[in-house]
Amino acid sequence: MDAKRELLSLLSTDAREDVDDIARQLDTDPDTVERLLTELESEGPVRGYQAVIDWDSTDTNHVAAHVELNVELDRDTGYEEIADRIARFPAVESLRLVSGDYDFAVKVTGDSMQDVSQFISEQVAPLPAVTQTVTHFVMETYKEAGIDFGDRDGDDRLSVSP
Amino acid sequence: MTLKPNDRVAETPESGIRKFFELAEERDDVISLGVGEPDFSAPWAARTAAIDSLQAGKTSYTANRGKLELREAIAEHVQRWDQEYDPESEILVTTGASEAVDLALRTFLEDGDTVAVHEPTYISYEPGVRFAGGEPLAVPTSADNDFLLTPEAMADAGAADADALILCYPNNPTGAVMNAEETAAVAEFCVEHDIDVIADEIYAALTYDGEHTSIATLPGMRERTIVINGFSKAYAMTGLRLGYAMGPADAIEAMNRVHQYTMLSAPTTAQYAAIEALRSCEDSLREMATEFNRRRRFVISRFEEMGLDCFTAKGAFYAFPACGGDDEAFAEELLEAEGVAVVPGSVFGPAGEGHLRISYATGMSELKTALQRIESFVETR
Repeated sequence: MDAKRELLSLLSTDAREDVDDIARQLDTDPDTVERLLTELESEGPVRGYQAVIDWDSTDTNHVAAHVELNVELDRDTGYEEIADRIARFPAVESLRLVSGDYDFAVKVTGDSMQDVSQFISEQVAPLPAVTQTVTHFVMETYKEAGIDFGDRDGDDRLSVSP
Repeated sequence: MTLKPNDRVAETPESGIRKFFELAEERDDVISLGVGEPDFSAPWAARTAAIDSLQAGKTSYTANRGKLELREAIAEHVQRWDQEYDPESEILVTTGASEAVDLALRTFLEDGDTVAVHEPTYISYEPGVRFAGGEPLAVPTSADNDFLLTPEAMADAGAADADALILCYPNNPTGAVMNAEETAAVAEFCVEHDIDVIADEIYAALTYDGEHTSIATLPGMRERTIVINGFSKAYAMTGLRLGYAMGPADAIEAMNRVHQYTMLSAPTTAQYAAIEALRSCEDSLREMATEFNRRRRFVISRFEEMGLDCFTAKGAFYAFPACGGDDEAFAEELLEAEGVAVVPGSVFGPAGEGHLRISYATGMSELKTALQRIESFVETR
């Protein structure tokens, strides 16, 4: 595996690793890791670093919904234009063009269900290109970004074994 | 006296691992680098296959040699190491690789036969040889030579007269790996002196620099080698107890004779898990190996920074640094002072003295903490 790919795979498991520890794991030096990180950030592959948060175990109000969006294209409006218009709202956490029964899969977050519904009905549904929206509120999150929220089992191996 | 153990058993001391296990168990704040099994669970697809088989009521014996479907999958899997074995006649599925080692010893040893065992060694081989009526002959290997077995070391130890050799690379406890050339030198010695080989290749899939070379694939070796492998280490299936032995049809037939009277067949549920592991879990295997490799580099560079001599282990999930003195005292004091459990090298035979077996089958964050603690222990010592 080349160094950048290996670095990406390592960051995708734990983005908080410090540069010295990354260098040790990739058998290289901290300066090289710094350089590769800077390149990955400036060239585009690394778009940011975020914690994976289980909001349900906090006392913060946090509601998420998956919204299916159907759109109608015309001569002046393509997927890109529509996506750009929608993606700019901070309430839109992710936006993807997908195959299948609808066109865009949107993840919307807010403080309350009312908040999210209002955003969809006031900001998204009225857009001329949008022909239909179906909103699915998230009831429970079991796994996010590769992390299983239910998996808190301890290590049950023998402490010393052959 | 009733139920008096026979001499072979009575004279076999308890494993040195046991003592450290008991010491470590006394405390609840211990980070253990003493574990000889992966910290991952078996791949989920393999686990669901086991669950499904149970739900479908597949709880009877299988064929003595193991399910043919599994043997066929094994035959295909081992081709990556240039091993060609006929699933019908040359593969025997066993209850862990441990059973396969025991079977091989009991099948091929005559009373009083000498079995060369390179040291430091996995703790079960020498007792296994004795239980089977043989005499173990230690062939020391050392850090100066990266714990590799050489024909010279074998000759010096008197192994030219040995009847068999147990060869285990990638090695537990050192993490050493033998490349093609080094393995070929040992193979030539075995052919020249007519020595059978029991090749325990349980860590073959965890070879990080270069490819694993199986001694059985070298000239003159197939007919004198029993290859042993299994699912415990590569697929994190230790508790499912599933291994296999491969060799010439007559030899496997003979081992199966012992197996059919003593074990009947390997655990059925585990066989279903293993079929699925081989069918669809190559990605998990690769991910685990990648993760182990990162930890390996991390651990070795941390020991170098501490100034402990640590040869570059290239396989399994162990590093074997020198601790500069009495390894047992070091391990006991480290456990006492810092709550980190490691296994003293002398547990694996006199050739392991002055070293520690460090298992990096532990999550990265615990590994970091443990090495920090070892560092501060080394500094104050």
